[in-house]
Amino acid sequence: MSLRILAVDDSLTMREMLRQTLTEAGFDVVLAEDGIDALQQLPDVAPDLILTDLNMPKMDGFGLIDAVRKGDVSPRVPILVLTTESAATLKERARSSGATGWITKPFDEQSLVSTIRRVAAV
Amino acid sequence: MAGAVDLKDIFFVEADELLSALEEGLRAIQTGTQEADTVNAVFRAVHSIKGGAGAFDLKALVGFAHRFETVLDSLRSGRLLPEAALLGALLHASDHLADMISASRQGGSTDSELDERVILALEALSGGEGGAKEEEAFVFEPLALDGPFGMDLAAVPLVFGARKVSVSFRPHAGAFASGHDPALLLRDLCGIDEAEISLDQSALPEPGVFDPGQSYLGWVVTLQTERSDRDVMAVFDFIDGCCDLTLTGEASADPGLAPFAEPVAAPDLFAPPSLLPEARSQDPAQGAKPQNSASAATPAPSPLTQGATTTPRPTIRVDIDRVDRLVDILGELVIHQAMLTEAIEQSPGFGSVDVDRSLDQLRQLSRQIQESVMAIRAQPVKPLFDRMHRIVREASMAAGKSARLVTEGEATEVDKTIIERLADPLTHMIRNSIDHGLEKAGRRDELGKPTEGVVKLSAAHRSGRIVITVQDDGAGIDRDKVRQIAVEKGLVSATAELSPQEIDALLFLPGFSTATEVSALSGRGVGMDVVRSEIAGLGGRVGIASVRGQGTTLTISLPLTLAVLDGMVFEAAGQTLVLPVSHIIETLRPEAAMRHNLGLKDSVLDVRGRCLPLIDVGTALGFRRSLKPGEGEIVVVVERGDDGAIALMVDGIRDQRQVVIKGLEANYGQIPGIAAATVLGDGSVALILDPTDLAAAGSLPARPHISLAAE
Repeated sequence: MSLRILAVDDSLTMREMLRQTLTEAGFDVVLAEDGIDALQQLPDVAPDLILTDLNMPKMDGFGLIDAVRKGDVSPRVPILVLTTESAATLKERARSSGATGWITKPFDEQSLVSTIRRVAAV
Repeated sequence: MAGAVDLKDIFFVEADELLSALEEGLRAIQTGTQEADTVNAVFRAVHSIKGGAGAFDLKALVGFAHRFETVLDSLRSGRLLPEAALLGALLHASDHLADMISASRQGGSTDSELDERVILALEALSGGEGGAKEEEAFVFEPLALDGPFGMDLAAVPLVFGARKVSVSFRPHAGAFASGHDPALLLRDLCGIDEAEISLDQSALPEPGVFDPGQSYLGWVVTLQTERSDRDVMAVFDFIDGCCDLTLTGEASADPGLAPFAEPVAAPDLFAPPSLLPEARSQDPAQGAKPQNSASAATPAPSPLTQGATTTPRPTIRVDIDRVDRLVDILGELVIHQAMLTEAIEQSPGFGSVDVDRSLDQLRQLSRQIQESVMAIRAQPVKPLFDRMHRIVREASMAAGKSARLVTEGEATEVDKTIIERLADPLTHMIRNSIDHGLEKAGRRDELGKPTEGVVKLSAAHRSGRIVITVQDDGAGIDRDKVRQIAVEKGLVSATAELSPQEIDALLFLPGFSTATEVSALSGRGVGMDVVRSEIAGLGGRVGIASVRGQGTTLTISLPLTLAVLDGMVFEAAGQTLVLPVSHIIETLRPEAAMRHNLGLKDSVLDVRGRCLPLIDVGTALGFRRSLKPGEGEIVVVVERGDDGAIALMVDGIRDQRQVVIKGLEANYGQIPGIAAATVLGDGSVALILDPTDLAAAGSLPARPHISLAAE
């Protein structure tokens, strides 16, 4: 069974890029456009890992992490933040909200895949 | 990477959307109509462009977007106020960003000095302290992926050489809540080199005080390795801060390891997990169970997911070629349905009510399919209208005038192809309005008009067509001047008496240009005649109306689709021809007294006091030299362009039906008087007439409505 990833990004380009990269790496990929979209899909998707952008409309990455961690569905799923941000304060905020790890965009495909394998397993 | 080209295409498509959102947001802020999220949306647009550009290594774009974003961030946080000058610079930067993206799309780039000037002008207004300094610090490193999350790995000394390293690791309860899995960490640690794992359960309390939400277990992993301590510690990068971690070894006497030798307490912000899978924390060596198995058993949706009911309806993106293919096939379907109907109606057994009813249903269904497919191709004119804001900004700046664009009916939907082909004529019309229509600010002040001129762009559906108007509140057409120019250029005779409408219509004549000095804007050798022919190419018409001192209104009327039209099928000189129903005003059988000869060849038809040029379709198209008795007895009055009409003589009218438009231009070029062709039910080809162009093809002068009105 392959690892199922819920990838959340408001950018169509980024979603498509993640879909291609992660599918090629043998993962199951489900895409969401923002935090709200991700939360709505969460019960059906039951992902093994969430990969989320920070800057998104409606509900941003922090909001999503917070909602997942405090919610009833998969509260302890690993969540990787994938963002162009690199400020230490943001990292700390993500970590204290319950993010499992941090990846800076633009990402290198192999490192993205290996980082995912580091924190998630079927 | 496979598909990388496609991704770049997606990026550019998305960038266009983001640019529109950016510009629209900035405009909303400028006009004070912004909503709570507007500044954020504007910021996100630039941010997303930066992200995408970074992925494709478009460095100039990334640098520009980053500095742009920095200024927007100040605006977002309230450090900067949205003053007029700043918004002007932001809009300018947004225009320039659009240019940069469009240059990248073509594989080129914009002038880097210009890039710098634009962004510096913006930064100068934003207090300037951001800008260049931060830009230096901002570098995209494609490989800097899992940069330290919590841990400062650089602080761990690089110690090499074969030795024994012992890692003592004890996760906090918070580690589980953050999605960490000790089993995976231990797996990674074992992956480094040969390892020995021992479980430290000394902290396990008595069963009576056991709290399943707490973490009681620890592990000590002893590695025989040549790798550096830094490599070993890198495994714990993400979890650092959520666990007690100690590394000891032969080299551990190094004081540089001190940070790890003293366990750092992680901020435990998490409520005790209620569903902690005990098995995992107790026996990681057996591998992790699916993390969410426990929680998946309780699929009660969270309040958040229930609350979000305002999500827009889902949409899919479809390659336009697929839709066009569908339109093509549909065209064939309509033709074959017509052929089938005709074949059945002519077959000996015809007359069954059932067959008749089924045919009728088939006809209705195919019309419904057609409408649905056309609806797929239909798009709101908003993106097109949005692009015109920039045209107004640039045109008014170049002309030294102050103007703003007001739009209306942006949600009006039109066929995509029409929208695409409207951009050029619309741009030209708007430039014209600003260049020739609006007065300079000083003059407006003298006249008591608001200093800022207004160009209003609106769209609406009207009786099966779309009507787009460009209206300015400028000086209106100076008819004396227009007339004088037309006479000078030999377009009309000096003695001709022209009605105001006819003078206005002169503006559309080829070779007419009112610009006494060629301006940078509209004086590009493109006159309103080009606008008119472009609109005519879309099956549309342009009209003009003007009130001196109050402004000018240009009106474009267009069909909703270019794929099918309701046509009247008729006969002339033995040919089967089609006229667009939308152009037909009336059909009549005139009496001889209504006809008046005009010179030797031409004649007019007096329809209730209105004299219309009378044209025999068969002669005009060269199918016959003259009319024989019994021919051309039926007259169809059709609209042409502006507000003129002509009377077309035809031999007989067959029926009215929907026809599929098949272009001829690709194979035959433009034929005067012929718009396109279609295939009829019997399989024969019929030409579709373009009445606006028909007179020019015939023997009448090119501008009959002007010479006739002088009568």
